[in-house]
Amino acid sequence: MGPLIPNGIIGEGWDFVIAILIGIAFGFILEASGFSSSRNLAGVFYGYNFVVLRVFFTALIVAMVGLMYFDYFGWLDLSKIFILPTYLGPMIVGGIIMGFGFIIGGYCPGTSFTGIAIGKLDALFFTVGLYLGIMGFSLAFPLFEGFYNSGSMGNITLTELTGIPAPYFAMAFTVVALAAFWGTMFIEKRVRKNMKQYKF
Amino acid sequence: MSTDKAVNGQPKYINPYLGGVLLGLLILATVFVTGRGIGASGAIKSAVVTTSNTVAPSATQSNAYMGKFVSDDHSPMYTWLVFESLGVLLGGLLSGLIFGRVGKFRTDNGPQITSKKRWILAIIGGALFGLGSQFGRGCTSGAALSGTATFALGGVIVMFGIFGTGYIIAYFFRKLWI
Repeated sequence: MGPLIPNGIIGEGWDFVIAILIGIAFGFILEASGFSSSRNLAGVFYGYNFVVLRVFFTALIVAMVGLMYFDYFGWLDLSKIFILPTYLGPMIVGGIIMGFGFIIGGYCPGTSFTGIAIGKLDALFFTVGLYLGIMGFSLAFPLFEGFYNSGSMGNITLTELTGIPAPYFAMAFTVVALAAFWGTMFIEKRVRKNMKQYKF
Repeated sequence: MSTDKAVNGQPKYINPYLGGVLLGLLILATVFVTGRGIGASGAIKSAVVTTSNTVAPSATQSNAYMGKFVSDDHSPMYTWLVFESLGVLLGGLLSGLIFGRVGKFRTDNGPQITSKKRWILAIIGGALFGLGSQFGRGCTSGAALSGTATFALGGVIVMFGIFGTGYIIAYFFRKLWI
């Protein structure tokens, strides 16, 4: 049955209407969870607010396990869904650069849009920075082109890489997530005791 | 004063695990309907290509990177992620209105830095994030979250890259936040 649009069950004309609706739901969830504040987001790295870890890992395991069930019931043809291609070196470097961007800038792209929506100037400047960074990358692309295309492994999944079936990975992520939820509860309590100026 | 209290007092956020379940279901629904996950940085890339294509069309089309995203029959803004990101703005605004967080322009910064310094750092951080997202083939939503949820190796790499780096360098940037 699914994916509905690639399988022609929902016409291509609905694509952009669906895009806006999904975006609205995405923005609403991010903002309502507190992701429109850079101080809430940065808290995950300093132990005073683990909301990022809770939302991110819960979403991850719900989506992973959900996909397993959809596949099991025959509702979704997993061979037809998009698998992000892997470029080993560039993705490691990209991840590291984004890590710096997150700590220094306090947002990531999606969360900065919701920050702008409620009037956060730091979110606006972050988005200006995003624009400048991507513009800089595009203009300087000839310098990076060789590296950018290096380490290509195709649209590879963890299962294809290791031979371990996907449900085992879903299980492992779930166990790690639950342990992290439990452990960070205590860390957060301790760190918050010593923070007076931050309102939760 | 009352608006300031709504903004700076006790923020009424939803339970993070509820937020996570909703976000996970949204990703599931998105993959079920469209065959792929959600994203964010792609919309800014479209804006960059559009600006460049308006200012210098021939240079843009011959640029080995931007040229891929230019087409004769529609603007580079006419992409799925641009519409989705407009939705993110609307959804953020809707939630902000419901929970009383929409207010005049303001800045979140740690107690040890000024707002102005925070703006400069936000631009630098944003630029780094933008740059990194091109090498990473997506950001926290497109690569780390949607990628990992679909068991893509690249998604896992980007996820560990972002958060691993964050934890390693957090100590050196602690004055920005605590």
